[in-house]
Amino acid sequence: MNYAQHVLTHLRKDLRLEWRTKDSINGMLFFALLVVVVLAMAFDPASYPDMTRQISGGLLWVALLFAAMTALNQSWARETHNSVLDAHRLSEAPASALFIGKALANFLFVSAVEVVLAPIFTVFYNLQPLGQTWKLLIILPLGTWALVVNGTFFSALSLRTRNRETLLPLVLLPISMPALLAMIQATTAVLTGQFEPTLWIKVLLAYVIVFTTACVLLFQTVLSAD
Amino acid sequence: MVTKIPRSNRTMPKWAQGWLALTFIALVYGFYQAMAAPREATMGNLYRVFFYHLPHAILSFVFPYLNLAASFLYLFWRKRNVERAAAADAFALASAEVTVLYATIGLATGMLWGRAAWGIWWAWDARMTTYLLLWLLYVCYLLVRSFSSTGQTAVIAAVLAIFAAIDIPICFMSIRWWRTQHPAAVFGGGANSGIDPSMVPAVLWNMIAWAMWGAFLVGMRYAIERRRQQDANAEALGILNDEEAAVLTHRLEEAR
Repeated sequence: MNYAQHVLTHLRKDLRLEWRTKDSINGMLFFALLVVVVLAMAFDPASYPDMTRQISGGLLWVALLFAAMTALNQSWARETHNSVLDAHRLSEAPASALFIGKALANFLFVSAVEVVLAPIFTVFYNLQPLGQTWKLLIILPLGTWALVVNGTFFSALSLRTRNRETLLPLVLLPISMPALLAMIQATTAVLTGQFEPTLWIKVLLAYVIVFTTACVLLFQTVLSAD
Repeated sequence: MVTKIPRSNRTMPKWAQGWLALTFIALVYGFYQAMAAPREATMGNLYRVFFYHLPHAILSFVFPYLNLAASFLYLFWRKRNVERAAAADAFALASAEVTVLYATIGLATGMLWGRAAWGIWWAWDARMTTYLLLWLLYVCYLLVRSFSSTGQTAVIAAVLAIFAAIDIPICFMSIRWWRTQHPAAVFGGGANSGIDPSMVPAVLWNMIAWAMWGAFLVGMRYAIERRRQQDANAEALGILNDEEAAVLTHRLEEAR
């Protein structure tokens, strides 16, 4: 098997696991919906369209980030049952293929949540974007990958710690801060139409390239930490 | 883990004492220079906190690189030389702690200065936000170290240190990328950057003094961490020996 086949095998396994239980997607979707509802109590989205445009980008990403975190915490826990993780460590398949497969699976799950959440968000918040909406088709996948690639990595890292559920947000949030800033600014640019999102898309792209490389290179070390 | 560390006597070596003495002299002289520098045109005496803000801010971008280097060395030596790996890990911990200390002082003095210069304690501009991020990253590093189970702490910490260090250049470049309220980089920030020549000695002396103090703290913390490793090791070996002793006694009794 070559590298791509290894990645595909891992991806297929993760998708099949999710298809059978649907735990991650259902959990994330409901959680994101709850965050959207709770945030609507902080201000009145329907009466102030300008303010809604200003802050909706941030709210959307915060909802997605928290939702993704609930799923990311579980994504490696699956592999610890019956010592599957040890089997992965013994197998000849490169460790980074396992990582990329899982990160791609998580990416697809969060994207699925976005596909459902975005229309709901638009309707509930009475959102009328003023910029070029098609650019969201670049920003959303890039931003999602930026969250998921580090999230998958640190979730594997926190498997090795005592209180893993607490640790993931503690590590993921500070590391993701530049990406969060870039994706929120880019989304706000599209929603308000007041400035160009190009610079922020570039920042996001650079962030994604740098951290994907770092994750792929260091995953072997994390997998065989003891 | 650690196998053998020559047990030193429990006092500071002579050269370290000398270094500490020199550091105190430099600190005192730096303080004198900072207080003797001419009053600043617009801010009066309040600007003098700058002589403490600048060294701490700059140095808190230096220690993370020591931490990064030590973390790389740890990962390199992990499977090759356990003794050196343990030393690298101790150094990484020491430099991370001093990073947090210096960044805390940098943030605090920066807030004091911001209150005097702009009338507000904190502004969410790019430079300050990313500096806060630096602080958060290394606090998070120390937290992760305290959370992780023994035996894996060093690996997790080393990996996290690499991630944190990747974030720092983004932080440092931010002043050029984003519109910012923070004054342009004092040195090398364009045509109008730089400081009045009369302030140069105060800046330089405080820079040297605080760098020496930081180096002393890292060395001190490193020595303490090495001794902790040594004690943990001795304890582990001690238990092993007690068990062996018990087994031997038991066998001897049986033989009678």
